[in-house]
Amino acid sequence: MRKATFKGGIHLVGHKEMTCGLETIPAPVPDRVYIPLSQHIGAPCAPLVVVGEEVKKGQRIGEGKGFVSSPIHASVSGKVVAIDLREHPGGSFVPCIVIENDGKEEWADSVRPAGDPALLDAGEIRQIISDAGIVGLGGATFPAHVKYSPVEGKRIEAVILNGVECEPYITADHRLMLERPERIVAGLQYIMRSVGCDRGVIAIEDNKMDAVSLMEQAAAAADNISVVVLREKYPQGSEKQLIYACTGKQVPAGALPLAVGVIVNNVGTAAAIADAVEKGTPLIERYVTVSGSGIRKPANFLVRIGTLFHELIAQCGGYSGEIEKIIAGGPMMGKTVFSDQLPVVKGSSGIVVLRREAAREAREYACVRCAKCIDVCPAFLEPTSLVKMAKRSAWEEAEKSDVMSCIECGSCVYSCPAKIQLIQYIRRAKQAVLASKPKAA
Amino acid sequence: MLVAVISLACMGAIFGIVLGISSRKFAVEVDPRVEALLQVMPGANCGACGQPGCAGFAEAVVAGTVNPSACSPGGLSLYEKIAAILGTEVSDYEERKVAQLLCQGGVGHARMSYRYKGISDCHAVLKKFRGPKACNTGCVMQGSCSRACPFGAIQMGADGLPVVDYYLCTGCNKCVLECPQQILKLVGVSHLVNVRCVNTDKAKEAKAACAVACIKCRICEKNCPEDAVHLVPAGNGSVAVIDYDKCSNCGICAAKCPTKAIDKIPPLSEDVVLEIKEAANSGCEHCKACA
Repeated sequence: MRKATFKGGIHLVGHKEMTCGLETIPAPVPDRVYIPLSQHIGAPCAPLVVVGEEVKKGQRIGEGKGFVSSPIHASVSGKVVAIDLREHPGGSFVPCIVIENDGKEEWADSVRPAGDPALLDAGEIRQIISDAGIVGLGGATFPAHVKYSPVEGKRIEAVILNGVECEPYITADHRLMLERPERIVAGLQYIMRSVGCDRGVIAIEDNKMDAVSLMEQAAAAADNISVVVLREKYPQGSEKQLIYACTGKQVPAGALPLAVGVIVNNVGTAAAIADAVEKGTPLIERYVTVSGSGIRKPANFLVRIGTLFHELIAQCGGYSGEIEKIIAGGPMMGKTVFSDQLPVVKGSSGIVVLRREAAREAREYACVRCAKCIDVCPAFLEPTSLVKMAKRSAWEEAEKSDVMSCIECGSCVYSCPAKIQLIQYIRRAKQAVLASKPKAA
Repeated sequence: MLVAVISLACMGAIFGIVLGISSRKFAVEVDPRVEALLQVMPGANCGACGQPGCAGFAEAVVAGTVNPSACSPGGLSLYEKIAAILGTEVSDYEERKVAQLLCQGGVGHARMSYRYKGISDCHAVLKKFRGPKACNTGCVMQGSCSRACPFGAIQMGADGLPVVDYYLCTGCNKCVLECPQQILKLVGVSHLVNVRCVNTDKAKEAKAACAVACIKCRICEKNCPEDAVHLVPAGNGSVAVIDYDKCSNCGICAAKCPTKAIDKIPPLSEDVVLEIKEAANSGCEHCKACA
């Protein structure tokens, strides 16, 4: 049978063999953690602690005001030593709470199960997810409880768990599926209960057949959960492309997956939800892959939020060779950072360090009008035309050409023979279009 | 043959008569003053006056809906010509303004956190940790102002910073609107002393990020004979700002400033040189279709 997929996209060299067979190691808890107050899409958090205060592991230390917001918890027990502006892997400067670890690993009193998980109703599960500060762990960090909030007149037909992990090098979700399949299935069941939906789908790319068989075993008891095998292609893990591959439904431009009655979550989010509901633990640690040609011994780690990159890299035996780039996330959609003194946040799925020869550096040539970018664009745009509009600062024209539907997957740049950095121009155009809009309150 | 010649001649005559009559009957009356104004306008169609090009400005001036001195590229000399054509008095003319870059932290002065390799666009680079410089308020050196300038008055210098040609600059404000850091400012040509730093950080941080930063030492404030320069609270700190109404261009502050964050430029003329230098026979129409 031909495996389901989407239209467009590219085939990448995965480099996943470097880490996919390595068991996840719990990373040593650092002496100091740096916890940014903005680790989700939406309103940033305000600190709930002051400098000098003693905090316990799992204690809530930051809280946002808006509806689209998610609280932040201490990942170690210890003392708050500073709250100052620091670099965030997203490319901005964000206030961070610095906690000095006292090594006692004392849990806060608030961390306890909310009651018998079998008796919780949908609203209670959502409240637990919200309190635990769970956001989309795939990288977009959209607060999970907001996704599950009921919308008038919309019925959720399916919950899709995203175990695709189409970014090269990153194997954090793969390891999670191998090591904790029953937690993922449990989490999926809680999500389905919280949105009142009776169909669950776990989508996995066909380069992870070992994970497919384990997930099938774990889901065997639940007959409303199925495992779907998708063809290996980038960006298969993108929300809209994944929905099309799994259900054949197309999400309209500018709309959320909710418009077609589907909710998509990362497998890591589901596992975190299972922990939150059954044990009451907030989101204070996550799976992170440290890989790339510039790492001596690539590895998968279970990392506390707020651990600095360089501590993980030191665990991997340090750098090897001449380093060109450190990327927070995967090489396709991750952000290049200039320092390894940045903390792991809720959305960090990996750290990729590339040597000079691996990081492409080439002169940009004139567009040869080969239309390769148009062929591969999974959002059905014309990247080359959008770039020309961006170079002329024709923002209105770009908006009419649907520039906002670009998912910034970078397939166009990868396939461009003229080495044009299309995605940077398109991102600039999106930025200008957003700036021209009045800010929504 | 003969039939063809005669029929064509008849058609020509008929069309000629029709066109002749209709051109008289439906003639659009153009105010001769608009024509006269168009002759003296710079013709750059820069839009600095807020009108759709020079023709739009000429019509608006005749209609009286726009201030006749609003054409900044034309300057005082154009205002005098317009006044002569309209038969009005030259009054309330504001002096010519030029764009001043309030940052001197080029390569060699400013400390860089990383090497930027993306596209040349100041807005794009600011998304990467607010630019490669350790200073987050200064020029990010990607030349968006230079590309926005319709007069070719801004070129990128050897140190990475834009250099404004004060003779070519018409004060049209395009670069000021384009600059995402808001460090280009229109200043009247009679003001020669400028504080070229907007970093409000404390002295230690500012100096660590850039050798020519304002370090809040107040030496300018103490030495100013006119009481024109003061440390003004801004952002999370303060920065020296000159009150142009009081400044007499003596330049004492510029001479005393320990980091040379204040500078004094040579006197500027009131007239703009409206000649955009272009390589001969380049054939470029600036349509940007090649971009």
